[in-house]
Amino acid sequence: MTARETLPILGFLVAAVLVSLFVTSNVVLNFLVFALILAIAAQGWNLLGGYGGQYSFGHAAFFGMGAYVSAILQQRFGVNAYPAAAFGVAAAALLGYAIGAMVFRAGLRGSYFALVTLAFAEVLRILANATEITGGAAGLLINLNLGAGNLQFANRSSFLILGAMLLALAMQITLALEKSRIGAQLVAVRENEAAAAALGVDILAVKLRAISLSAALTGAAGALYAQYFLYIDSNIAFGTWISVEALLAPIIGGAGTVFGPLIGALILQGLSEGTKMLIGKIPGVDLIIFGVLLILVVRFPLHRIPGLFAARWRGKGAP
Amino acid sequence: MSSFSLSRRQALLAAPAMLAAPAIGRAQSRAIKLGIIQPVTGALAQDGEYGRLGAELAITDINAGGGIKALGGAPIEMVFGDARSTPDGGVAEVEKMHAEGVLAIVGGFASPICLAASQAASRYDLPYVVDVGVSDQIVSRGLTNTFRFGPGFGTVTGTALDNLVAINDAAGKPARSAVIVHEDGLFGSGMARLLNAELPKRGFQVLETIAHPTPSRDMSNVALRIRALNPDLIIPSSYYAEFVLLSQTLQQRRIRSKGIYCILNGAASNFRFVREFSEAANLVMDCNHWADPRKPKTAELRRRVEAQNRFWLYNVPLNYSAVMLFADALERAGRADRGALTQALAATGAGFDRHIMPYGPTQFVNGQNQGGKPVNTQVQNGDIKVIFPRDFADAQPVFPVTG
Amino acid sequence: MGYPPEILLEAVANGLLMGAVYGLVALGLTLVYGVLHIINFAHGALLTLAMYAAFVAHGAFKLDPYAAMVPLAGLFFVLGYLVQRLVIGPASRGDDSNMLLVTLGLSIIIENAMLAIFRSDTMTLRLPYAMSMVELGDVLLSVPRLIGFGVTLLLAALLFVLMTRTDTGRAIRAVAKERTGAALVGIDVAHIYAVTFGIGTACLAIAACLLLPSFYVSPRVGNAFVLVAFTIVVLGGMGSVTGALLGGLFIGVVESLSGLYFGDSLGQIGIFLMFILVLLLRPTGLFGARA
Repeated sequence: MTARETLPILGFLVAAVLVSLFVTSNVVLNFLVFALILAIAAQGWNLLGGYGGQYSFGHAAFFGMGAYVSAILQQRFGVNAYPAAAFGVAAAALLGYAIGAMVFRAGLRGSYFALVTLAFAEVLRILANATEITGGAAGLLINLNLGAGNLQFANRSSFLILGAMLLALAMQITLALEKSRIGAQLVAVRENEAAAAALGVDILAVKLRAISLSAALTGAAGALYAQYFLYIDSNIAFGTWISVEALLAPIIGGAGTVFGPLIGALILQGLSEGTKMLIGKIPGVDLIIFGVLLILVVRFPLHRIPGLFAARWRGKGAP
Repeated sequence: MSSFSLSRRQALLAAPAMLAAPAIGRAQSRAIKLGIIQPVTGALAQDGEYGRLGAELAITDINAGGGIKALGGAPIEMVFGDARSTPDGGVAEVEKMHAEGVLAIVGGFASPICLAASQAASRYDLPYVVDVGVSDQIVSRGLTNTFRFGPGFGTVTGTALDNLVAINDAAGKPARSAVIVHEDGLFGSGMARLLNAELPKRGFQVLETIAHPTPSRDMSNVALRIRALNPDLIIPSSYYAEFVLLSQTLQQRRIRSKGIYCILNGAASNFRFVREFSEAANLVMDCNHWADPRKPKTAELRRRVEAQNRFWLYNVPLNYSAVMLFADALERAGRADRGALTQALAATGAGFDRHIMPYGPTQFVNGQNQGGKPVNTQVQNGDIKVIFPRDFADAQPVFPVTG
Repeated sequence: MGYPPEILLEAVANGLLMGAVYGLVALGLTLVYGVLHIINFAHGALLTLAMYAAFVAHGAFKLDPYAAMVPLAGLFFVLGYLVQRLVIGPASRGDDSNMLLVTLGLSIIIENAMLAIFRSDTMTLRLPYAMSMVELGDVLLSVPRLIGFGVTLLLAALLFVLMTRTDTGRAIRAVAKERTGAALVGIDVAHIYAVTFGIGTACLAIAACLLLPSFYVSPRVGNAFVLVAFTIVVLGGMGSVTGALLGGLFIGVVESLSGLYFGDSLGQIGIFLMFILVLLLRPTGLFGARA
């Protein structure tokens, strides 16, 4: 991995800092923070789905794990936000490993894998709604305690920088993976599992590493959500909405690329907020337009064009 | 990215012009901007639409009555935001409304949305009046900007319990056993927990507590268990569709009890349900938000709602009253300033009478109106009557239900 | 807590009746997956659309839902055919993940179109026979559900015959197994894709007519069935008609019994746990071919 390849990620970070310094509209800042949370979750999905070819429909399981563990540690056990979030990420990674161990060993692939992950997410959602420690149906409120020491910031720009740093880190990890031998093995598994196995790749180990890392990243997004909104319940943490967002963004922005999740998240959120402006007396019209635009974006992926140039610049034929 | 004032129909037509026009022109208008957040798309769309309707009716009435007198007759302009049934959606709308220069925000409907939105509003000292959201956490966070005119969850369930005992006592204690059926969300689960703790102390036996998800696809097994247990009372707390399914299933299997006592039920105090399912709805009781039947405005509002081919239920009067609260406080504040408005809201007293809720004297403690209470209703002869407490009642309870 | 046998029996019976509906919803989905190899995100929204269609058929044309079954099936076959041929196919250009997005976009469009046209209210049909019950010993069964059960079995049998005995069925199976080869022998793949999608949508129309008498309609009504339908499709084995039907019945009973023992809310876990368990033991589903 050369410095040249890391440059775009640094560029993104610099851009984020500039935005946080010069943009004062909280509407925009809030939009960007939320888009970043989604982008981080999507970056996690992208590792397993884009690079590894294992499409998960249940990444909410990891998002929620990160969010709940972090929130529970803070609220119920008085743990400081930083270690709590770290534990949240670790818990998510552990969950990823556990699920992977069960599911990959059984040889589940493709749509079977996708739906079994969805099942896991649903089980967690139902459990979170029913148990005491998660706050049950009433959800979990994190006490307002502004201060950098509590990972709660009074202004949105601080969250923006935090989110951007996390995403930059996630992108760097993705880039490092892309360049490494493990990454190559992962892609080999994606392209042709049988051939990869014949070449001596330990399929199970590769997939387990991928899912653990993927889960960790998405778990981090969950912990960040909890710090930003200060309230979670089983539908927010484990609901299908985040599973869908986490997979939509990379597919739109370019699965298996470093910047794909960010681009996709910005496009999706941008379209969503943009169509809201068309709201009138009749509810639903704005979302109809959103759906149409979504299909159009798939049909005419104009946003892929910059990616092609970027690949050329990095000195490769195709991303 | 510029932000816009989106007042209803004008938005669609003016959108292209607004994209180009600067914001200066609007600052010269003396209209008071009031933000209304409701989930009109997504899972909560049904309630959101009625919440918006209630707010619209109130704003129309205020403006028709000459606007805010203390501000020279300034009219109220609604800045509407669709929460899209998610907390983050609500937060995004709060940001836009603040950028628009709204004086206050009313609405939210669902507790998660209210929690997130009121929190976001507190950053700007923007007064936020919750319309429905019953979670007690909403008013216990120490946020000075958040107000709730209606009762919270604790009050509703406590009152429901007290009233149940009172009604049962008045009828000679015919009911001893109960089965609780509840939606597995915030108010259903909380209510079930409270009832399980308190009912035995008041002489009732809880035979079984059945939680169901929203949405539910089938109530056959719930009905099966009820039939097997044969309780005196069935206590359901569910959203509209699920209660429709339950009551249909009960009626189908001819399962009768001495009374169906709902709490915060989405259908039992809803005229659509009463009209469409007259047989299943008959004599169903509910302890819920409801408008004051003694106030002439209630009947007038109901006529106006039904004239639009909509049905009368609690979201409209609650939102109507919340917006009236805002106007009343603004009159007392005397200036279009958020801080003054917040103080005026907190100081609201028994003199506030433009609302149409059956409440005690208004008094805000930590943002919660102490006067807010649910009432007991019962479906009688195709109409929803208030049966308890006596002060607001326009009918007698029919209990136990025989035959 | 132990339950007396009559309760268990009725719970199982209820589960079977409900499971038949699930199976019917899953039938269309499994065909679409088996042939087009896509998970159709728009399935729930299409069910919603079909239920509104049945509702309107009753309101505007005084057609009883059972009478509306055949015309609506035909109408929705055409609709499904056109949607695949004109929207999904061209937009996704054969890419699996693109098809996911396009069907998702479609589901958003359909759900919100229903919201815009019919508003958000939950509406129900009041039919005279909807309340009828039948007594089999100690067990009470709902007549509309029984009719649904019967029709589902019939439909599954018809589909089975279609797939095995007709030319179209053979073409569908050929495309499902080996698309390129099928194209080489002259099968119009795009047409077969569209026909399959049309059949799937037609199944939904029939499911909607069977559901409506004992259910309600709202812009999101189909969503309640999607997750379960997906679960059944995978459980039964993607592409297998028998699998969808038997999977549906099985899940219906599992749901019913775990609801009985754990409460309907927590009991939903039963469906997903059972699903995970089956897949771990039989990774291609009960009757399925390799993914």
